[in-house]
Amino acid sequence: MTVRFTLNGVPVSVECAGSRRLLDTLRGDLGKTGTKEGCGEGECGACSVLIDGEVVDSCLVAVGQVEGRNVLTVEGLAGPDGTLSRLQQAFIEHGAAQCGICTPGMLLAAHVLLQRTIRPSAADVREGLAGNLCRCTGYTKIIEAVLSCTT
Amino acid sequence: MCPAPVTAVGRSVPRREGADKVTGRARYTDDITVQGAWSGRTIRSTIARGAIRSITLDPAFDWSRVVVVTADDIPGDNVVQLIREDQPVLAPRGGEIKHKEEPILLLAASDRATLEEAATHVRIEYELANPVFEIGSATEVFSTVEITKGDVASVERTADLVVEREFRVGLQEQLYIEPQGAIALPEADGAFRVVGSLQCPYYVHRALKRALKLTDQQAIVVQAETGGGFGGKEEYPSIVAVHAALLARKAGRPVRLIYDRHEDLAATTKRHPGVIRHRTGVKKDGTLVFQDIEIVLDGGAYCTLTPVVLSRAAIHAAGAYSCPNVRIRARAVATNTPPNGAFRGFGAPQSLFAAELMVEHVAEQLGGGVSSVDLRRKWMLRLGDTTATGQVLTESVGSELVLDAALKAATTFQPSNIPTVRRGRGLSLVFHGSGFTGSGEKKLSGTIAMEALADGTFRILTASTEIGQGTKTIFCQLAADALGVPLERVTIAPQDTSLVPDSGPTVASRTAMIVGRLVQEAAAEIKQRLQRERPPLRVDKSYIQPDSIHWDEATYRGDAYPVYAWACTIADVDVDTTTGEVRVTDLVTAVDCGKALHPVMAEGQIEGGCLQAVGWATIEEIKMKDGGYQNDRLATYLIPTALDAPRIRTVLIENPYSRGPFGAKGIGELPMDGPAPAVIAAIHDATGVWLDEVPATPEKVLAALNGAQRREAAQS
Ligand code: FES
Ligand code: FES
Repeated sequence: MTVRFTLNGVPVSVECAGSRRLLDTLRGDLGKTGTKEGCGEGECGACSVLIDGEVVDSCLVAVGQVEGRNVLTVEGLAGPDGTLSRLQQAFIEHGAAQCGICTPGMLLAAHVLLQRTIRPSAADVREGLAGNLCRCTGYTKIIEAVLSCTT
Repeated sequence: MCPAPVTAVGRSVPRREGADKVTGRARYTDDITVQGAWSGRTIRSTIARGAIRSITLDPAFDWSRVVVVTADDIPGDNVVQLIREDQPVLAPRGGEIKHKEEPILLLAASDRATLEEAATHVRIEYELANPVFEIGSATEVFSTVEITKGDVASVERTADLVVEREFRVGLQEQLYIEPQGAIALPEADGAFRVVGSLQCPYYVHRALKRALKLTDQQAIVVQAETGGGFGGKEEYPSIVAVHAALLARKAGRPVRLIYDRHEDLAATTKRHPGVIRHRTGVKKDGTLVFQDIEIVLDGGAYCTLTPVVLSRAAIHAAGAYSCPNVRIRARAVATNTPPNGAFRGFGAPQSLFAAELMVEHVAEQLGGGVSSVDLRRKWMLRLGDTTATGQVLTESVGSELVLDAALKAATTFQPSNIPTVRRGRGLSLVFHGSGFTGSGEKKLSGTIAMEALADGTFRILTASTEIGQGTKTIFCQLAADALGVPLERVTIAPQDTSLVPDSGPTVASRTAMIVGRLVQEAAAEIKQRLQRERPPLRVDKSYIQPDSIHWDEATYRGDAYPVYAWACTIADVDVDTTTGEVRVTDLVTAVDCGKALHPVMAEGQIEGGCLQAVGWATIEEIKMKDGGYQNDRLATYLIPTALDAPRIRTVLIENPYSRGPFGAKGIGELPMDGPAPAVIAAIHDATGVWLDEVPATPEKVLAALNGAQRREAAQS
C-alpha cells in the first residue's frame, strides 16, 4: 500500500506493507537512521519518535497507523539551516550524550516534556524520560541538560 | 621559550562527535547502508552439553536462495583467537557442545523473510551429555592465582577476633543500548573489511586473520560509531566479525550480522558470578592481623578473558587496606553456561564487594563503638604502605582524601517518615588499578602516531576507540596542549586498522592514562622537531615500561599496576519492608582521578558507572534454567530507568600521578566497584539484616527480613 504522512515537516509517501514497523520504514525506506533500535519490543525507547506530538516507540507502530499524521524524528529537531535546538545544544554542553545511541530518543522525549511543562522539576524530567533507557550517563547529566532549558 | 599555556586540558570542551550524536548523523553499524548486502543470522545450540549428531537442511526448502556456513567452511583455524584455543568459531559436526546458544551454523539471505524461514528448516540432532551448572560441582579449572604476603598461618592465633563470611555475586549483562553487530565486505586481493560495533579493533583483526587465514593487509577492521561497550564489546565482537566475514566469503558479497536484543542477551558474555569467602583476624583495638580470602569465579563454558579477570579480582581482593599477613587463593572454573567475559571492573567489583562488606562485619563484631569508618581509617593504604602483592605505594594515594571528601559532601541523614519504609546509609572505600595488570602494558607495547600536516593541522593515529567515554575529545585536548596549538587544529584519524597502529585494546582504564600519555609525548616531540623541521612529519610512540615498575608473574609479587585510582561512595537507600524493594535515593562519590582532563566527561563516566553498579546491586538479576538465562529480554532483564536512578553527586579530587598525562589516572572502571557494597551496607543500616550478596532483589530482601523476624520471635 501507499502510506502518506508528514515527516519532519515534509510530506512523504512510501510504498510498503501497512504492517511494516514504522521504525523500519523510517530507517530503511526513508534513510532516517537517527531513530535507533535497542530492543524491538517497546522496552528501551531508543526508537522513540513523535507522532502528532506524542512520544511513541516506533518499533511497536505499524506504518499504516501514521497515514496522514505528523511524524518527528531526531533529524527534524535542528532548524532548517542546521542550527541546533537549545535542547540539542544543552545535551552537548552538559555531556548528556556519551555513546549517543539513546540520545535521539531522549531528545524527543525531553522535547515533548519541555513543550508540555512550563517549569518541570527534576522529578518531572525523570518521569518524562522514564521510558528511555540510557546505560552510559546514569541520567544525571541528561536531567541537568533538560533542566537547563527551562530558564 | 616559555611553556605554552594549558588551554584545553581540564576544560569541558564540547565532545568531538557531539553534534553528530544529537542530530542523528552519527553512523552506528546498523545505520550504514551497503549496496547488495545480505543479512545473516546465527543458528545456536539448544542444549547445554553434548555432541552434534547431525545437521540436516530440510530438502523441502529451496536452499539456492540462502548461503549456509558450517565449521567446514572455515579456511583457517576454527578458533576464536584470544587467550586459549578452546572456543570454536562454529561447533564442528561431531564436535562437542559446551553451552546453550553455542554457534553451530550461519545463514545469509537477501531478505529477512527468507532468512527467518530458512532458519526453521535447519534440524540439528544432539547426543546429550551431563552438564555442570554449579560452581561447586565444576571440575575443570581455567586458572588459579595465589597471593601471599607475610604468613597468615603463623599469626592466626594472635588475633583476638576472627570473622568469617561468605559472599555471592551474580551475573550481570553489560546492556549497551546498541546490540552487537558487524558488516563484512569482501574486497580485492582476498581481503575482508569488517565494520562493526567494537572496543578493540586489533583483537578483531587478529581473530579474522586466524579464522579466515588472512594476512595483516587482508584483514581490515573499522570501528563504526559504537553505542556503548562496558567490556561487552571487548572480546565478543571477534565472534560477530568472523561470522559475518565467513558468510561474506561464501556469499561473495557483503553480509550484515546484527544481533537483536534477545540474541544479544541470551548469547553474549556476562560479568563473572562467584563466591568469595573471607576470614579476617583483628586485635581488640581493631588492628588488622590477617586476611585469608578465597575466590571462585564461574567462567562459563570457554576461557575467554577469564584468567585476566581472575587476576584483577585477586589483586583487589584485600581491598584498599594495609594488612601485614594476607593469603588470597583464587580460581576460575568451567561450567556449561555461556562464557562470561569482560565487564567494566573486570573482577574487581566482585572481590571488592566482599572486602568492603568484611570491614562492616568486623566493625559490627568488634563493637565497643568502633564504626566501620573508624576501621577504614585505621586500615587504609596510605603513602608508603604495601599492598597484598608487596607493591609499595609511592605516589598519588587518595584513600584519605576521598573518604574525607565523601563524608563532607554527604547530606544530613534524614530518616524515612513512612512507617513501612526504612532508610539507611552505607559507605565504601575502594581502589582500582589503572592500566593492564603486571607486565601487561610492557608485553603489549601499545603504539600511537602523530602527524604534523602541511596545512598546519595535526592528526592523531590510534586504535583506541570512542565508546562514549570521550577518547576522541580527550586525546585532542592532550595533543593540543602538548603542541601548544588551538584544539581546532588537532584531528583524530578513524579507527581503521589499515590506517592506525595497534594502541592496544580500549579496556582496563588504560586509554586516557597509558595511551593518552603516548599522545602527549608524541605531541611534545613533534613540537620540538617543528623548531628545526618542516611538516609533514610523523612521530610514532610506543609504551615503554618505566624501570621502576617490577612485576613477577610467577609469584604474583610486585607492582601490580602503575598506580591506583580511589573512590569513596556513600549511598542512602529506602527499603520497603512490605515488598522488599530497595530504592537508592541518594549517592555521593568522591573520586581521586589524578587530574580531571575533562571534568564533565569524568563526572559522566563516574555517574554512569555508579548507576550500573546500583543496578547490579539491586535489580539486575539473571536466573538460570537448564544452563540458559531466563532473563533474556529487556522486559525481564531490568536496568535502572531515570525514575529508579538516585541523584548522583560526584566530587572529583585531583591528586596527580607523575606519569599520567597532565597527572591523570584511569577511572573508567573504578565507579563500578564502590556502590554495591555501600548499598548492601545501607540495607543493613536500614533493616538490621545482612544480605552478603548481590543483587539484593525484593525476593531476597523479604526473605532476609522474614528470617530475622522469625529469629527474633524464637528468641523471645
Ligand atoms: S527499540 Fe523500540 S523500544 Fe526498544
Ligand atoms: S549515552 Fe549511551 S546509552 Fe545513553
